[in-house]
Amino acid sequence: MNAYIGTSTSRIDGRAKVTGAAKYAGEFNIDGLVYGAVVESTIAKGRIKHIDASEALRVRGVLDVLTHQNRPRMADASAAYKDDVAPEEGSPFRPLYDDKIMFSFQPIALVLAEEWETARFAASLVRVEYETAAFTTDLQAQRNSAFVVEKPESHRGNADKAFAAAAVRHEAEYFIPIEHHNAMEPFAATAIWDGGGKLTIYNKTQGVQNVQRYLCSVFNMKPDDLRVRSPFTGGAFGSGLRPQYETVLAVLGAVKLRRPVRLALTRRQVYTVGYRPATIEHVAIGAKPDGTLDAIVHEAIAVTSQHEDFSRNDTAWSGQLYKSPTARYEHRLARVDLPTPCDMRAPGAATGVYALECAMDELAVALKLDPVDLRLRCYSDRDQHTNRPYTSKQLRECYRQGAQAFGWSKRRAAPRSMRDGTELVGWGMASGVWEALQMETAARITLTANGHAEVASAVSDIGTGTYTIMAQVAADLLGLPLDNVTIKLGDSTLPLGQVEGGSWTAASVSHAIAKTAGEIRKELLRLAQAVPDSPLANATVDGVALVDGRIVHKRAPDRAVSIADAMRQGKVDRIEREGTVQFEDDDSHARNTHSAIFAEVKIDEELGVIRVTRVVNAVAAGRILNTKTASSQIMGGVVWGIGMALHEETLLDHRFGRFMNPNIAEYHMPVNADVYDIKVIFVDEPDTRINPMGIKGVGEIGIVGTAAAIANAIYHATGKRVRDLPITLDKLR
Amino acid sequence: MAPAKPHQSAAVAIPVPDKISVSLNVNGVDVQLDLAPWTTLLDALRDRLNLTGTKKGCDHGQCGACTVLVDGRRIVSCLTLAVMKDGSKVTTIEGLAKDGMLHPLQQAFIDHDAFQCGYCTPGQICSAAGLLAEGRAKTADEIRELMSGNICRCGAYPNIVAAIQQVMGHS
Repeated sequence: MNAYIGTSTSRIDGRAKVTGAAKYAGEFNIDGLVYGAVVESTIAKGRIKHIDASEALRVRGVLDVLTHQNRPRMADASAAYKDDVAPEEGSPFRPLYDDKIMFSFQPIALVLAEEWETARFAASLVRVEYETAAFTTDLQAQRNSAFVVEKPESHRGNADKAFAAAAVRHEAEYFIPIEHHNAMEPFAATAIWDGGGKLTIYNKTQGVQNVQRYLCSVFNMKPDDLRVRSPFTGGAFGSGLRPQYETVLAVLGAVKLRRPVRLALTRRQVYTVGYRPATIEHVAIGAKPDGTLDAIVHEAIAVTSQHEDFSRNDTAWSGQLYKSPTARYEHRLARVDLPTPCDMRAPGAATGVYALECAMDELAVALKLDPVDLRLRCYSDRDQHTNRPYTSKQLRECYRQGAQAFGWSKRRAAPRSMRDGTELVGWGMASGVWEALQMETAARITLTANGHAEVASAVSDIGTGTYTIMAQVAADLLGLPLDNVTIKLGDSTLPLGQVEGGSWTAASVSHAIAKTAGEIRKELLRLAQAVPDSPLANATVDGVALVDGRIVHKRAPDRAVSIADAMRQGKVDRIEREGTVQFEDDDSHARNTHSAIFAEVKIDEELGVIRVTRVVNAVAAGRILNTKTASSQIMGGVVWGIGMALHEETLLDHRFGRFMNPNIAEYHMPVNADVYDIKVIFVDEPDTRINPMGIKGVGEIGIVGTAAAIANAIYHATGKRVRDLPITLDKLR
Repeated sequence: MAPAKPHQSAAVAIPVPDKISVSLNVNGVDVQLDLAPWTTLLDALRDRLNLTGTKKGCDHGQCGACTVLVDGRRIVSCLTLAVMKDGSKVTTIEGLAKDGMLHPLQQAFIDHDAFQCGYCTPGQICSAAGLLAEGRAKTADEIRELMSGNICRCGAYPNIVAAIQQVMGHS
């Protein structure tokens, strides 16, 4: 029955991607297309005193320049701009709404022209006078005024007292700077009039229905009059969860000119649509000499904007992972004059677990214990926050298989004790943890008598492989060859799909397909039972399966009716069903994915150049739908961990309140030459409690803990502990 | 030019550069375009010829997504003004497959899952085709080094190297 699920299946959208046929948001060329270019604020805070577009308007080919003063009507109420993923507290940014400047590079005008080059040139001619206001962008300067927005997990016992009394203590502050997603496709929107006053917007997004609801709210349009499509998304990593300003501006332009409008942001402009918040992490761990814990204290301070409280609890995982009788957590926010941060791959966990896992490594050194051994000594089979068992937790097996594949047993404990020629060699490890979430999702299946199925849901494929796993699940459950299944996604008119985030899409959409395939099977059985002398006369819907184009009795496979015969008998040439899956809120068990990461670094002793030469990431994430695309997800997460550990940092000039390196050359991220051997292991983790198919999702887990494993390896190589990311060679001096 | 807007009519228009006739052979087809000197080869391909397989990731020559082959050499088309390539032979990702048969690199990228979101992929494949033609890379380390002008944010690098090695092994 499982011809495809669990196999190494190549992406079904692969051919479109390698031939250039896959169309992304800014690639829908149409006659009469108008090109937009954005004028950005050069100050960080204040107001626009005067904006003069007269020179820009004189440029031949310029059609209009939209500002807060002459734009078409948009909603006034802040609430109208709240999308599905907006922070609960605060007022979302309203593009071109009024004269207020809230961050540097804020969009303040949109030039619309017949050609892109003209629009860009004219944008340089828009003159702006500002009234500036005092601002701050420095987290360190604001840390003392940080505030709590949501109480993290309940405290256990008196952790501060237990820490003070502990035999072995480690306490330190870790820092993660602002990081940007830098997906390869910049944000873009193409707004096209379909006739009859209806608009279709091709948009780079992780959630077409979120954008559709948002735009309908902002522009007071009827849901049927506005369609959002995103058949391909050139990476997003969380930056496309919320609707971004380019989509609002493209619609403003289309409404004003009654023509199709494309707005593709520049790379620099993409830096204002969200980022991983800079975070200070204070961790204190107290232990007994045997490596069992007495206390964990974890306090985080992250930046947010002045206008919204973006909060992702960094301490959620430090409390969950290790057995400790006492614990205290605090996640606070500090306001700065920047755009609101947003989710970025494993938000909260990538940062919080980095700090926790470096702290555990430091504790292991203090205890003179092997880092894996320490983690096994305080291993918890229950979620420490809630004292619940897990639906499944094969983290022990991750440690075992990861260590074995890496050759961890050959590690010499002392720092600077391993070398390869002129390079110091360091081996480090860390644990990873993420949530296994699942969300209400719907799917529609249309089966035709020729044995073809179309499967549709308004989910997204942001490179994660959604197209492919949907086809695999549908092919197996409908008993069809993979090639006979067509997937439709990324279209707001399709059945309910949530934003693609949190690693929940695979589990959610798979079960939506399974449920709907069950309805199709039921109908086919009904038709098959109408066949004269039906061999399935007494069969039940759970007693049959769809295999190789036939409805087959599970226990007596010779009793079968072909789908084509059943449909012919019933005089139907297509069966269409739509099903919505909801997941029971079962609070009795914790649902998580786990991992163990082992990293090798080689560091030139004289120059300090750091290479991550080997990484083994052993992951326990339930049932793996597609070993090929899932491995790629983890591999990509590891590459992100390498970037986080060694390269990535968005620099701010606090005098101007402005990002200093908003481009791909100066914001360093891993290139091919930075990445060597990455081995991904999926340990077996059967889990029928979490959901019927045992799926957990793998989008985020790959990055969690990876930066810590590398930082710990760097300590092991050099004897120098660097807690501020990224670990650049100057910090090793 | 668009009809003048009422608020423009009184003022003297600011001209934009005059267009020049540019001849290119793109994917084996001769094309003649009227282009302003400030139009990049990338924008000419994407917006004028509708060859959107060539991607714009940064427009600054920093990411490699816009890599195409010009007279057999790999270049970043975003840093190339189209007028500079008058008379040149341009191969984009759309021109690599022949008669419906994928180029070996295209097939190898699928087989090795050498991409995820797909946005850097046309540039990676064109760059790899240029690399093979150069004949400079022999080892995995050399491939890594010589493919480092093409950023893949999804992090498919090891698979990209494996795909290129597969094709090198067969050629």
